[in-house]
Amino acid sequence: MNRSPDQNIDAPCLTARSGPIYLDNQATTPTDPRVVDAMLPYFSQKFGNPHSSSHAFGWEAEDAVAVARQQIAHLIGAEPREIVFTSGATESNNLAIKGAGQFPHRRGNHIVTTRVEHKCVLECCRQLESQGLRVSYLDVDSNGLIDLAALAAAIVDDTILVSIMAVNNETGVIQPMAEIGAICRDRGIWFHSDGAQAVGKIPIDVNAQNIDLLSISGHKLYGPMGIGALYVRRRPRVRLQPLIDGGGQERGLRSGTLPTPLCVGLGQACALSEREMGAESHRLIRLRDLLLSEIRARGCEVFVNGDMNRRISGNLNLRFPGVRAEDLLTKLHGVAISTGSACTSASVEPSYVLRAMGLAPDEAAASVRIGLGRFTTEDEVTRAAEMIARAVLIDVEKMDHPNLNENASGAVSAA
Amino acid sequence: MNNVIYLDHNATTPIRPAVAAAVVEALSVYGNASSVHEFGRRAKRVLEDAREQVAALVRVRPSQVIFTSGGTEANNLAVRGARVSQVFASGIEHVSVLQAAENLTPIPVDAGGRLHVDALAEMLKPGSGQRPDQVLVSVMYANNETGVLQPVQDVADVCQANGALFHCDAIQAAGKVPLDFADTGADLLSLSAHKIGGPQGVGALIVRDDIRIMPTSRGGGQELRRRAGTENLAGIAGFGVAAELAVPGVDENSRLAALRDQLEARLHALAPVQVFGADHARLGNTSCLSMPGVDAETQIMGLDIAGVAVSAGSACSSGKVEPSHVLQAMGIDARIARTAIRISFGWTSLDADVGRLVEAWADIYHRAGSVRPAAMAS
Repeated sequence: MNRSPDQNIDAPCLTARSGPIYLDNQATTPTDPRVVDAMLPYFSQKFGNPHSSSHAFGWEAEDAVAVARQQIAHLIGAEPREIVFTSGATESNNLAIKGAGQFPHRRGNHIVTTRVEHKCVLECCRQLESQGLRVSYLDVDSNGLIDLAALAAAIVDDTILVSIMAVNNETGVIQPMAEIGAICRDRGIWFHSDGAQAVGKIPIDVNAQNIDLLSISGHKLYGPMGIGALYVRRRPRVRLQPLIDGGGQERGLRSGTLPTPLCVGLGQACALSEREMGAESHRLIRLRDLLLSEIRARGCEVFVNGDMNRRISGNLNLRFPGVRAEDLLTKLHGVAISTGSACTSASVEPSYVLRAMGLAPDEAAASVRIGLGRFTTEDEVTRAAEMIARAVLIDVEKMDHPNLNENASGAVSAA
Repeated sequence: MNNVIYLDHNATTPIRPAVAAAVVEALSVYGNASSVHEFGRRAKRVLEDAREQVAALVRVRPSQVIFTSGGTEANNLAVRGARVSQVFASGIEHVSVLQAAENLTPIPVDAGGRLHVDALAEMLKPGSGQRPDQVLVSVMYANNETGVLQPVQDVADVCQANGALFHCDAIQAAGKVPLDFADTGADLLSLSAHKIGGPQGVGALIVRDDIRIMPTSRGGGQELRRRAGTENLAGIAGFGVAAELAVPGVDENSRLAALRDQLEARLHALAPVQVFGADHARLGNTSCLSMPGVDAETQIMGLDIAGVAVSAGSACSSGKVEPSHVLQAMGIDARIARTAIRISFGWTSLDADVGRLVEAWADIYHRAGSVRPAAMAS
């Protein structure tokens, strides 16, 4: 897989025609070749430590980090100095939630979040609960949306933080960010949002939406893995207890040598997303609708989990009644999709996100997550629909007629 | 910057070409290592291959390697994750150890920057009022500013005899001296990729099998539930290759030591230079020395103009004007500490670098001499 020198990396072709089709862009996105290009010089001649202030190698790296910080800030309407680099969204979420909950001079002991947050948000909340803080977990409706009145009611005098994800990682459902932000600002509560699945996919503006803390992931927006950021509002100032101490980098909020190439990659990924978000979103909606109609056209019974209109354009969370998603996936060699979040995909438990939306355990277990992305082609969508539909029909057939053998069911699906 | 010689390898060392190639290759592997499909399994393979390579560098089993975002996180994970109530650390430890410890007691070092093992034994011995099983002792393998090697095995013996945990920050030592985790006697050991020719943004904490580490970050169950977050796949792949290349070659290390010794000899001939830690065994590539009567800032600016990149201490703190906390802990007079610079050689260093540095150094020294107060010139 070494890149040959004459290979044209301006024309991304990331999936071999014969290889499996990647439709798991909510787990991770391929690094955009243009991002890799931007990073390359910092893996060779521009190798300086950005904190070395005594020579030009360091200054060169420092300048590159400054540009990246600017690119990230611009995408979300923030100031560059409000961006703290981290090793990824998990660390950003940990820093935001535990940093607020463990800050020595915090003014209360209560946090509001939802039942459908990413596992790392829920884990942080549980850790804070074990340290004596109280956490309220908001329910979501059958579309995956929170109830704003319930949010307002959950906030008490003791509340210090509201943490609600912008976009759900399994269903792609977009929460009403501006409305949540307005409620929090009105009550003087910090609003943290896990923006890992949102930033670069939908417009986010920390000022218009009154967001005080926003987690960003590199590898969910076609940037590299191992880098993320936390937006930390300066006015009114949000104060956090750092998770990692040391040299005092990132204004004391996050120590450690900044990985210059990764910072540059995240910056470039943000700049590309900002430029291409609109067109990309339209293209993905078209492909998503095509995928769904192609699956339906082949006679599959299928339901979409989560609000169809208020979701990011690349996501489909589909339920095939009577199908065990686990079995479906083991049969689907040609298409990479998942049963839910990657972190929990090895677990056999049905998705807690879908359960919170009111799905029965067997309904949740019949659901798959499909994530289309920047490099997904129409041809791939058509072929994937065909393969998914065939696998579903075989499965349904087997459930209805458990005695059918593979050959017989194959004949049915081919019909 | 083709004409600039880089002599700040302890801050970060240029990534080796084979490492860069591995990183770029892994950037095109786009699975999440936690995903169960083929893309995920491919990513997992890259991750586990690298884990074996890093494990081999310090001769441990792959399951003992926890990948982190770098040395600072590895040190934080050790100090905060070890579930102890007290940390004993020398004053010359890296700030990421000193700052992470909530309840810190310093272990004294001698004027040459080497830890007093007897003092540590005294601090831990029965009747000292401490509960050693509640103590983590953190002593680095080699200091990042002076290069002085610490009496790691002795520290391990004292810790073991008293039931204290021992964390060893081996970030500067890795790749420069042979490292065997079992031989160090440490329970926890920190590594950083970008100090051994790997990429920035990745490191590791090596953990003895029976030690439970409380994660700093929580979330998915990555790294056997000891460090949450999607792994930095490309960085880790690069770390693996760097680890493989970093198994120290005797030739390379004696080559760098020869350059360093030659440098120090030539500077001694020019001026009454003080080399910190010179009486102790040091990393062969590192020299921390003073230019009598000339501030480090002045030296660094002069060297920069002459095309030589060095530093006044560790990179994290080199933006500040205060003298190095390491020299301070060694009891070096603040006026002398302010005249110290760190020169660190590495795999890109050439014989000719010594000459260029000496020439530029002599120039700065003599120019400063014309305005230097007579009392300081001696």
